[in-house]
Amino acid sequence: MTGVAVKLEGLRRTFGTVHALDDLDLAIEPGELIALLGPSGCGKTTALRILAGLEDATAGRVLVDGKDVTRLPANRRGMGMVFQAYSLFPHLTAAQNVEFGLRLRRGPLTRAAEMLDLVGLSGFAKRYPHQLSGGQQQRVALARALAIEPRVLLLDEPLSALDAKVRVQLRDEIRRIQTEVGTTTLFVTHDQEEALAIADRVGVMRAGRLEQLATPSEVYLRPATAFVADFVGLSNRLSGSVNGDVVEVLGARLPLVTPHAGGAVTALVRPEAVDVVPDPEATATVLTSSFLGSTSRVTVSVGEQVVVAQVPSGRLPELPAGTRVRVTIQPVAVALE
Amino acid sequence: MARVIFRWTVLTVMGVFFLLPLIAMVEFSTRDPETWPLLLDWPRLAEEYPALAEGILASLAQAALTSVLMLVLLVPTAIWVRLRLPRLRRVVEFLCLLPLTIPAIVLVVGLAPVYAWVNYLIGGSSLTLVFAYTILVLPYAYRAIDTGLSAIDVRTLAEAARSLGAGWTTVIWRVVLPNIRSAVLSAAFLTVALVLGEFTIASLLHRTNLQVAIEFLGKSSATVSVAVSLTALLLAFALLLVLSLAGSSSKERRS
Repeated sequence: MTGVAVKLEGLRRTFGTVHALDDLDLAIEPGELIALLGPSGCGKTTALRILAGLEDATAGRVLVDGKDVTRLPANRRGMGMVFQAYSLFPHLTAAQNVEFGLRLRRGPLTRAAEMLDLVGLSGFAKRYPHQLSGGQQQRVALARALAIEPRVLLLDEPLSALDAKVRVQLRDEIRRIQTEVGTTTLFVTHDQEEALAIADRVGVMRAGRLEQLATPSEVYLRPATAFVADFVGLSNRLSGSVNGDVVEVLGARLPLVTPHAGGAVTALVRPEAVDVVPDPEATATVLTSSFLGSTSRVTVSVGEQVVVAQVPSGRLPELPAGTRVRVTIQPVAVALE
Repeated sequence: MARVIFRWTVLTVMGVFFLLPLIAMVEFSTRDPETWPLLLDWPRLAEEYPALAEGILASLAQAALTSVLMLVLLVPTAIWVRLRLPRLRRVVEFLCLLPLTIPAIVLVVGLAPVYAWVNYLIGGSSLTLVFAYTILVLPYAYRAIDTGLSAIDVRTLAEAARSLGAGWTTVIWRVVLPNIRSAVLSAAFLTVALVLGEFTIASLLHRTNLQVAIEFLGKSSATVSVAVSLTALLLAFALLLVLSLAGSSSKERRS
């Protein structure tokens, strides 16, 4: 199966005076997985629900494989959907849940077993939803959505109700399965790590608009706007001054993501671009440090400013609170606030 | 200790209060050894007491039709309100509870002119009471169905089914209904119990049903009338018992 192209054109959705979507344009390539990322209320779920046909757009068009489906009801759009809340039919077994869509389409019921096999749950076919864990329920939901050979797969925060370990496991599995079947997929999440890990391209949304649509590495390394830089990953807000096409921050000259007229600015610098080395002569002082596993974060005061640096955890013992340190910043491109 | 004594005293007093009339009914209805065998012999009953037989059949038909009409009206409405008009929930609930606050006699005053038209348009059959009874059972039935719908995530289930290709009829019939089965049963049983015990409206609108027939029979053959009352009572108890058993078994399944 190969995916189809999906296009959202000038989508608008208003609830009273609130603009949930404000002229949203989004084009998804066939077979691509796009993650829509943003804070709650940014309109990402509304966009997905309009694509699914579960909500109406106030204005704009939805094109699937070049055809306008804006007015087509949800049950005739042929889209598989996995919801945030557990959505398996409680009165049906796992296998019957997967068969549900197949029966409506008079498709081959043997496909249900294939799909359960694909999500690694062939031994659980006769179990009822209440006999399955949260992760297993979401796998069955995924199998059920894929069984109907959907033209587009829609995932509405399917992992947010699961605990951390299952979440990572299932996330990787969704990616494996999606690559295997090649269905065009829209994945909505508020978890940046999830979005960056799973997507071909990430769309960062804010107030009903797309702030940036790019590959995960580009979104992370070259955020188009201050909002993206701030929302995706952790950023230090450091004052500096623009001089030509570089910004000077704490003595370092850093290239700019987008050109700026010049003058005093606030630059957004990633903690992993900041390094601290013990130096009794230096003026910066370690305030606190927090252990995160393989890496650790060290908070340092530099004059009036507070800087967070990310260092390998092995170096933590040499950086107790009160240590004098020298702060250096790698010359990676930064965004300005 | 004092609490135990108090509890038993209350239970005894309540038990006596509740059981004494029933025992009296059993005692009275068994004075004539012919009474109970007669109730089990339908052809003879229908021959000897045609009005009673007619009342029993009318009540059973009314109970069945009211249950069907109530479910057909209420289930889709309750689901629709939940899915599409959540803000109207309070209004619908209020409307459905209204019949509970209006005395039967007041209802009849309002219903009398309406039934004059019903008589004129579709005749005076006792089955026309089904319309009035559907309104009468609304408070109980709505509550039962609404509670059932609260226990499941109707919106997500409906949306999941829609995305899989189900139309609204399939959503209601194959997804929502099977999951609120015990609530639907509760609503239906409450309806049956209520309709089987209804007297005021039927009597005042000059229609026949079981209670009207019993009351009529009480004037000529007291033992049979008491025996039939007792049977109707026991039938209602049995229905309510099945209802509570169905409710508890579905809770066990869920947990």
